[in-house]
Amino acid sequence: MRISVLGIYAILYLIFLYAPIVLLPIFAFNDATIIAFPLTGFTTGWFAELATNTALHGAVRNSLFIALMSAVIATGLGTMAARAGATGEFPFKRGIIGFIMLPLVLPEIIIAVALLVILVQILGMNLSNWTVIGAHVLICTPFSIAILNGAFQNLDPSMEEAALDLGETRLSAFRLVTLPLVMPGIISSLLISFTISLDEFIIAFFLTGSNPTMPVYIWGLLRFPASLPVIMALGTILVTLSIILLTIAEYFRRRGNARAGIKDTGGFL
Amino acid sequence: MTALIHLTGVQKYYGDYHALRGIDLEIRKGEFFSLLGPSGCGKTTLLRTIAGFETVSSGTLMIDGKDMKGVPANLRPTNMVFQSYAIFPHLSVGENVGFGLRKYPMTKDEKARAVGEALEMVGLGGYGARAAHALSGGQRQRVALARALILKPKVLLLDEPLSALDKKMREQMQVELIKLQRQVGITFILVTHDQEEALVMSDRIAVMFEGEIGQLADPETLYRRPNSRRVAEFIGKMNFLPGEVTKLGERITVEVPGLGTSEIGKEQAPGGAKLGRSLIGVRPETLAIQFEGEATDRRVADATVDEVVYYGDMTYYDVRIAGIEKPLTISMKNLIGRPVLDVGTRTRVIWDERSLVVLAR
Ligand SMILES: Nc1ncnc2c1ncn2[C@@H]1O[C@H](COP(=O)(O)OP(=O)(O)O)[C@@H](O)[C@H]1O
Ligand SMILES: [Mg+2]
Repeated sequence: MRISVLGIYAILYLIFLYAPIVLLPIFAFNDATIIAFPLTGFTTGWFAELATNTALHGAVRNSLFIALMSAVIATGLGTMAARAGATGEFPFKRGIIGFIMLPLVLPEIIIAVALLVILVQILGMNLSNWTVIGAHVLICTPFSIAILNGAFQNLDPSMEEAALDLGETRLSAFRLVTLPLVMPGIISSLLISFTISLDEFIIAFFLTGSNPTMPVYIWGLLRFPASLPVIMALGTILVTLSIILLTIAEYFRRRGNARAGIKDTGGFL
Repeated sequence: MTALIHLTGVQKYYGDYHALRGIDLEIRKGEFFSLLGPSGCGKTTLLRTIAGFETVSSGTLMIDGKDMKGVPANLRPTNMVFQSYAIFPHLSVGENVGFGLRKYPMTKDEKARAVGEALEMVGLGGYGARAAHALSGGQRQRVALARALILKPKVLLLDEPLSALDKKMREQMQVELIKLQRQVGITFILVTHDQEEALVMSDRIAVMFEGEIGQLADPETLYRRPNSRRVAEFIGKMNFLPGEVTKLGERITVEVPGLGTSEIGKEQAPGGAKLGRSLIGVRPETLAIQFEGEATDRRVADATVDEVVYYGDMTYYDVRIAGIEKPLTISMKNLIGRPVLDVGTRTRVIWDERSLVVLAR
């Protein structure tokens, strides 16, 4: 069998991408405190340890709450912005849409520092889960807009007009016709915002109050080499969860396209 | 018949673009009315203005004696069949058709019966439970019709409803739409760019150009007596001849080089006649080739065949007549015993003063 240069490149590239992630479950099930080959034996003990760590449970609960709130708020804002961008007519439309997409490319460290200064120094607020939620909404909203933009752009503008024509008000026309038709996009946006918020570290590190989020807690654990395998176990669970969430998001995105009769042109997965 | 819709001086601007330039129009109760014109002339804009999706920039729109200023689309006695049909893909056929009944004080059974009857009316009886997104183009259009008609609107607005269908389906739906309109007695306003469709279906037609109405008439008048060159060009085929109006009065005298002097009735100058150089129109089927052995008591002119196009049932001849610069097109039915003439054949053209039209420039 002949293997081309390009084929070798592709294989090396895939190894580069996924080797670190593949190492996670390997060491999560290895019964040694030191992360090194050769493997010494199989254990599920690290997972059992996870189950009894109450500080970690608190961090996970915090993160889930923050991720849920961020996803809901960002998707709400994203829906409005995407709809305005797709169907509205107002001055400086392109400029405004471009401006709210900007956090997508801003370095998170800049956002984190800037928000810290504003919230604490200028506004005199206390850091809490809500400050993290505010910042996560800021970074998730552009993703939400990008996802929902497609959904709204693919929507025939006559759909909502037809509902108006048949006696519905603007609000009920949106609820009865537009919303169900963009629902796959909304679910996809919720899942992706949730995932982004859940594993976001830099902003959370700066803005978190007395209760750390899960990534911040994990970072704290790194100081103790003995807890590394536990982190590996936790990482394994997170990776699995992320893949499941993104797959569901992609499924809804495609279903939305299929329903609108659009040929699929790639996506997240 | 009384006017149901009254437009007076209706103008519409999109920013700087003047889409409707003063439309005065009366549409009667129960008539099948068409807005015909080339793409971009403002037909859809006018229809959407009546439906309430566009606001008028100036002028008034009355429906059934009420000024529609400030009345939103959902409160107007109009319903629309959209060009894309806008069938809700997440609902079943029955739910689509019954959509407008949501707010009506009817029991579930009454609504179900109404939906069934509406589907029956458009020939889709028993389709209620089907998924709407799986329908064919023709079926979607029927669903759109049923969905609009179930509300018994005073006016049904149709925006190019047949343009997405293939030719055969289109012709079938033309006939069905006419029957449906007679059956329900509702005023239909149809937007189309297809002149044949407008002629076949309408009681009256408004021909639009660049935001204005060029002519408003019944199909026969529109075809036989277009008032201007652009209407004549848009509807059917027409030969244009340079001529001169030499006398006005009860009857109008026109000189056409090559055809001589004719006296015509006033109705043959629907756009008004003025003394001096004028444009004269004559339809190909009102001219005839005089074949061997065919006698006539009408006027004739010597001609030479310049071009022959054979269509099976018809033959189109371009003939040259001394004194006329451009060849005249003549359409002839290929009746039994009639030969198809060759290019260069010398022949005679039969014509009639009654088929001349003086066109406003
Ligand atoms: N929402 C709009 N904004 C700006 N221009 C428009 C809008 N809708 C239509 N137009 C313009 O108005 C003109 C008439 O459009 P339309 O009524 O759709 O024409 P028709 O239906 O006769 O093809 C076109 O030149 C079109 O570009
Ligand atoms: Mg149009």
